[in-house]
Amino acid sequence: MKLWRHYTVVVLFLSACSGLAARVTYLHVTERAFLQEQGDARSLRLESMPAYRGVVYDRHGEPLAVSTPVMAVWTDPSFVRLDGDAIGDLAGVLGLDPDQLARDLDAGIGREFFYLKRRVPWEVAERARKLHLDGIYFQREYRRYYPAADTSAHVVGMTNIDDLGLEGIELSFEPHLRGSHGSKRVLKDRRGETIKDLEFIEAPRFGSDLYLSLDLRLQFLAFRELKAAVLAHRAVSGSLVMLDARSGEILALVNSPSYNPNELSQTDGGGMRNRAVTDSYEPGSTIKPFTVLAALETGRYRVDTEIETAPGYFRVGNKLVQDPVNRGTITLTQALQKSSQVGIAKVALDLPPRSVFDVLNRAGIGGFVGTGLPGESAGSLSDRGLDNPVVRATLAYGYGLAASPLQLARAYLSLATGGLKLPLSILREDEVPQGDRIFDAQLCGQVLEMLETVTDDAGTAPRARVPGYRVAGKTGTSRKVGSRGYDDERHVALFAGIAPVTDPRLVMVVVINEPGGEAKGGGAVAAPVFGRVAGRALRLLGVKPDKVSAI
Amino acid sequence: MSTRDFVRSLPHGGSAAGLRLLQIHLDPLLLAVLFCVIGYGLVVLYSAVDRNMNLFSNQAMRMGLALVLMAAAAQIHPRVYLRWTPLAYAGGVAMLLLVLLMGVEVKGSRRWLDFPGLPRFQPSELMKLAVPMMVAWYFHDRPLPPSLKDLCVALVIIVIPAGCIVLQPDLGTGILVAGAGLAVVVLAGIQWRMIGYALLALAISAPWVWWYGLQDYQRLRILTLFDPQSDPLGAGWNIIQSTTAIGSGGLYGKGLFQGTQSHLDFLPESQTDFIIAVIGEELGLVGILALLALYLVLIGRGLYIATQAPHTFQRLLAGALTLTFFVYVFVNVGMVSGLLPVVGVPLPLVSYGGTSAITLLVSFGIIMAVRSHRGW
Repeated sequence: MKLWRHYTVVVLFLSACSGLAARVTYLHVTERAFLQEQGDARSLRLESMPAYRGVVYDRHGEPLAVSTPVMAVWTDPSFVRLDGDAIGDLAGVLGLDPDQLARDLDAGIGREFFYLKRRVPWEVAERARKLHLDGIYFQREYRRYYPAADTSAHVVGMTNIDDLGLEGIELSFEPHLRGSHGSKRVLKDRRGETIKDLEFIEAPRFGSDLYLSLDLRLQFLAFRELKAAVLAHRAVSGSLVMLDARSGEILALVNSPSYNPNELSQTDGGGMRNRAVTDSYEPGSTIKPFTVLAALETGRYRVDTEIETAPGYFRVGNKLVQDPVNRGTITLTQALQKSSQVGIAKVALDLPPRSVFDVLNRAGIGGFVGTGLPGESAGSLSDRGLDNPVVRATLAYGYGLAASPLQLARAYLSLATGGLKLPLSILREDEVPQGDRIFDAQLCGQVLEMLETVTDDAGTAPRARVPGYRVAGKTGTSRKVGSRGYDDERHVALFAGIAPVTDPRLVMVVVINEPGGEAKGGGAVAAPVFGRVAGRALRLLGVKPDKVSAI
Repeated sequence: MSTRDFVRSLPHGGSAAGLRLLQIHLDPLLLAVLFCVIGYGLVVLYSAVDRNMNLFSNQAMRMGLALVLMAAAAQIHPRVYLRWTPLAYAGGVAMLLLVLLMGVEVKGSRRWLDFPGLPRFQPSELMKLAVPMMVAWYFHDRPLPPSLKDLCVALVIIVIPAGCIVLQPDLGTGILVAGAGLAVVVLAGIQWRMIGYALLALAISAPWVWWYGLQDYQRLRILTLFDPQSDPLGAGWNIIQSTTAIGSGGLYGKGLFQGTQSHLDFLPESQTDFIIAVIGEELGLVGILALLALYLVLIGRGLYIATQAPHTFQRLLAGALTLTFFVYVFVNVGMVSGLLPVVGVPLPLVSYGGTSAITLLVSFGIIMAVRSHRGW
């Protein structure tokens, strides 16, 4: 072999070797930063650690809203291609339509994040994981579950798919319940499985629990009775608010129709309104006790002051005020017991112009209740036109103003507390709040005893009676405003009550909106709901009966 | 350092122990460096298989067996090789034809023969040795540099088996086999003119080969070499992952078992063809250059033995086997580092798998035989 040939071979292969070495050195030295970043980008991920949302309990610790861990299954369509078999398997496990899934994935090409399905139960996610498909990722998230379902849906509300409050307590106490998400750096393999936690960037801070003032037993009870009444009377809707007369806590707050927050797909919009808080109605005759209270406050009226109502009607300006029958001469108590428009209007016109307005204003009609429930209505109460006798007369029997059921309940609460105005609370209060005195205690006691006669056989609401307990209350039936003034067909039936009279424990307002049956009046439609709910509630709460003689 | 100085600086059996090894026909330098490469390879493999003791001991046992076969091959006198070469070649070609007719298909290509009672084997592996031996056999008693007629015969000797192998299809082994045969032709002293003509012919035929000779996937592999990002999930995936693995290792690497690319499944074939990417990631530039240096010593020693051999057949044989080994290294490292298209060629003596290790060590056994059997 010639020497030059020998050299050539050696040189050739040495240069080939240095070519390799140069290439490797180039990758290691020059491209290192870029390639290292690329390597890290493949395997190092910042993973969010979702915070557990606080549980919402009722006053006794029954859960009303709990978070259960579920999985979101997602993929990166720009990075992953699934073949037909894989799509079929995955769709089968997740319960999706394979054709739809294939179309969605095609449409998602170009996007880097695509939810295949969210809120997948763990065991289903585990089965999907066992398919060992490349590029299918699992992200833990929480799904809200509401054990009380439609019973408490309006108060508790709900969260959206991203676990953020959307309605009710979930919305208004969002910062309290939510907590903050943490994050950690993790090492992931090609399938996206987490191999190792590398470091915690920020620990998740779990949301705080919340104890509501609601008593789930009373919620169930109230919801059942209200729903039955709304159905029986073919009403558009109904609301019921029950307060603890000693503390101002809301023990029950239900509406019908309601919705099941666990099955939102079956909900139409109407069921979602928390009408007890957001809707206000003309309260009608349920306002009369406050007119009577205003009369008593002047000192010129006593419970047995006689009022002439004959001939059963009289004219104020151009307006005719009338009773269904001519009741003749009745006492102030009887005016309330029989709900005499003429009697109450006459008393009101006899009082200083602002006095009824003033009492209602103090009772909180027309002012926000401030429980923190979203969408609260302030109702309306205006002092304009009080020098007009027509305005004063109609205000005295509950027209020309509006109040939500919750507001009306607060107004009656101040009668039950003997003139103290307590702040209402949707949260469980460990201490009884100090109320502001707005009415004289003795006068309130007198009004209460007058209201007790309403549930007598001679009163308008004997069906609100509860065996064993003295019950005070007032019916109301107001006509709704239609397109041409007051509508003769559409009514709101109300009953506001307090029990037991001796030492009030419950304040309850029942509103049945637009009953469609024969019965329209508060005494026939709303009072029976009060009677049934209050009877069970008083026994559940272990309230001592105060009407022993009657048993 | 000139090549001559480099070759001179290599020890050649000066010590007493070395002499004793020579008596049992083993070249001490080759043996020592082979042990280093194999040991290094086993350590890296242990990491690449995720400390799987099963796979690791499999490989260690294969390496042991291959070393025994190498020692055996070194005992045989080159005369004997010369005598048996035509028979081995003929038998090999016959078996390749059998493979095409009745081979066992694995992953879309027929490479294996499965006779009842015998372990499954790839005849193409045998041809990696038989082809260069046959070409050397053909040239050994003919005037050198070879005449045009002899060249043509040599090309036929090469093309028949290489063609069979490419048809299997197994382009990587085909290239290795053809390369081994061509190495002998080059070493036999072909005129530059001829090489020039060959290159010219290659350049002219390239478009035809491109459009008619190559399969779609092969064209794709070559295209992705120039632009791996054009298909990052398909053809480009391997090369992107392997260059990323190598480059992210830096100078000293991330440490054994610490490679993210290789241990988190991003790097494909990390135990076999792409194992040098694991070395690059975990042991860094230093790790790769150390391995390349060891290979360089093996090749240098092989070429030195070839130049010192007394007889044309021995010279051609040792030189060709050495160059084949070099082609192995070059193709594999070139492919993993993104210089060459992806062809299935393992990293010699390091990648997981027994067949190629046996062929390679037997070829080193033959080189040792050339070195130690001085008489003819």
